[in-house]
Amino acid sequence: MGTIWVVAEPGLDGGLARISAEAATLVRDLAATAGRDAIGIVVAPDPAAAAADLATYLPVVWTIAEPAAADNAWSAVAAGHVAALIAEDSPDAVFVGAGADGRDLAGAVSALTGLGVLVNATGVAWTDDGPAIEMSVFGGKLLTTSGFTSGRGIVTVRPNVATAAPADAPGRVEARTTTVAKPLPAVRVVDRVNEQNAAAPIEEARIIVAGGRGVGGPDGFRIVREIAEALGGAVGATRAAVDSGWIPYSQQIGQTGKIVKPELYLALGISGAIQHKVGMRTSGTIVAVNRDADAPIADFADLFVVGDLFEVGAALVERIRTRPG
Amino acid sequence: MRIVVLVKPVPDPASAGERLGADGRLDRAAVPAVVNGNDEYVLEAALKLIEAAGEGEITLLTMAPTNAPETLRKALAMGAHRGVHVSDVALGGSCAVSTARVLAAALRQLEFDMVFAGIDASDGVGGIVPAAIAAHLGLPFLSYAARIEPDMFGRTVRVRRISATGYDVLEAPLPVLIAGTQALGEPRYPSLKGIMAARGKEIVTRSLADLGVDAISVGGAVATTAVLDSRMPPARAATEIVRGTPDEGAARIVEFLADRRII
Repeated sequence: MGTIWVVAEPGLDGGLARISAEAATLVRDLAATAGRDAIGIVVAPDPAAAAADLATYLPVVWTIAEPAAADNAWSAVAAGHVAALIAEDSPDAVFVGAGADGRDLAGAVSALTGLGVLVNATGVAWTDDGPAIEMSVFGGKLLTTSGFTSGRGIVTVRPNVATAAPADAPGRVEARTTTVAKPLPAVRVVDRVNEQNAAAPIEEARIIVAGGRGVGGPDGFRIVREIAEALGGAVGATRAAVDSGWIPYSQQIGQTGKIVKPELYLALGISGAIQHKVGMRTSGTIVAVNRDADAPIADFADLFVVGDLFEVGAALVERIRTRPG
Repeated sequence: MRIVVLVKPVPDPASAGERLGADGRLDRAAVPAVVNGNDEYVLEAALKLIEAAGEGEITLLTMAPTNAPETLRKALAMGAHRGVHVSDVALGGSCAVSTARVLAAALRQLEFDMVFAGIDASDGVGGIVPAAIAAHLGLPFLSYAARIEPDMFGRTVRVRRISATGYDVLEAPLPVLIAGTQALGEPRYPSLKGIMAARGKEIVTRSLADLGVDAISVGGAVATTAVLDSRMPPARAATEIVRGTPDEGAARIVEFLADRRII
């Protein structure tokens, strides 16, 4: 029987990245419809914790203990092992998250194996010709379904495509060893810096509250943060707000920033120019607050409140906080 | 210091007119091409590095259809020294696997200390080609760069790689391939002098034969992926517009989100 794999990316403190739990759930469901075995792979200096977590989603998890992953960038170290496993076991498809580590891994493994890559999957089905991958392209203007001409390949999966759900029973964890014929050059990690007040990552957030030029300055982001906190969401921003230095680039949504698909996107003082729109138009629900009733975001928001974002924002925080239940 | 900057002409995202052709491939003729946004950031970083060093050369490398030189001129006008344009009819319909192989072959013919690439391109948004090129060439790969700092002896480079909680500081011996982000800093506008100078700068064209790549090993005929179907996304429902006092607006937002079980 064939196999479908998911490669786990490193999460915080040696745990499992959230996107890997989502991808594992997706792969488990896909494997069930495809009549294939779902297998998770963890490459880490000490893979035990992440593997135990991954095994709550999948029937089988392979671990590769790789000390070099401790002080070196993960993708180059992991790619050699993953490529060696692929050469040995010929999976039908290999899934990985479409975040920084997942993209780096997918590119390197593609080069090492010659397998094609379908990127930023928003949905997946199984056909007689292998996986059929749905993607949202041209900033959400078009949906495409793509496949691999050989029937096999690598897929990167967007965050929030599947909801991580544990399997009925935990799977088994097996240690594997590989021979990496020609390792990629390791890149040393000299330091890992946690920035003070680092904002919650936006890619995986269920709710995003974002500010644009209309926020007016770094102090203006206080209300954006307050609403995000009240809703349990993350703070996002437009390029104009980032370029003005009001908020770090890590929070930027749009063409040269991140593409997000939260359940709720609350846009404050954001006009909705195309460069921003391409990063958020596929969000579940879009609510906008803007003084300018003619702002382009009025064309694609679900709810548009014409008003001052600070006044509406303050009232909103009050109402959310005092809401019963 | 010799830096090669990978540049991709992409359909202008501001045009919002991108579309697929009948063959399921991007219709590059439908919309004017511009330099990919993230490529401009890494080019800016390269320009600043050679300015700070007081010496150095920047070569642009692109794989693109025959009209690419017009797009490259803008990047040359920013201050890059020359361009290499890989173009061959056999490259039409190339997938990421072919693209990485061909660009790696082109880089083998160039001398460099560092190769810079944008972290992804606004048309494909896959972000996988730079890592693949680095793997083909056996180059250390440093990605998601927010800062690039070569040491003063030109032996190693340090890169701040954006992480979920801040950044990692990566270090590798040259030569390297670095994929960079907008956090590197705003690209300059070409000056009039730069635009004039760009007209006289050399753009060399390289065919697959020039690169020693067998034409049947790349291109659309051996593409690893194919678009099977495309459709418009379901239309969003009409926008509900609320005018009133701030509190009325806030009340409607809360009600709207509660109805949708978001809160």
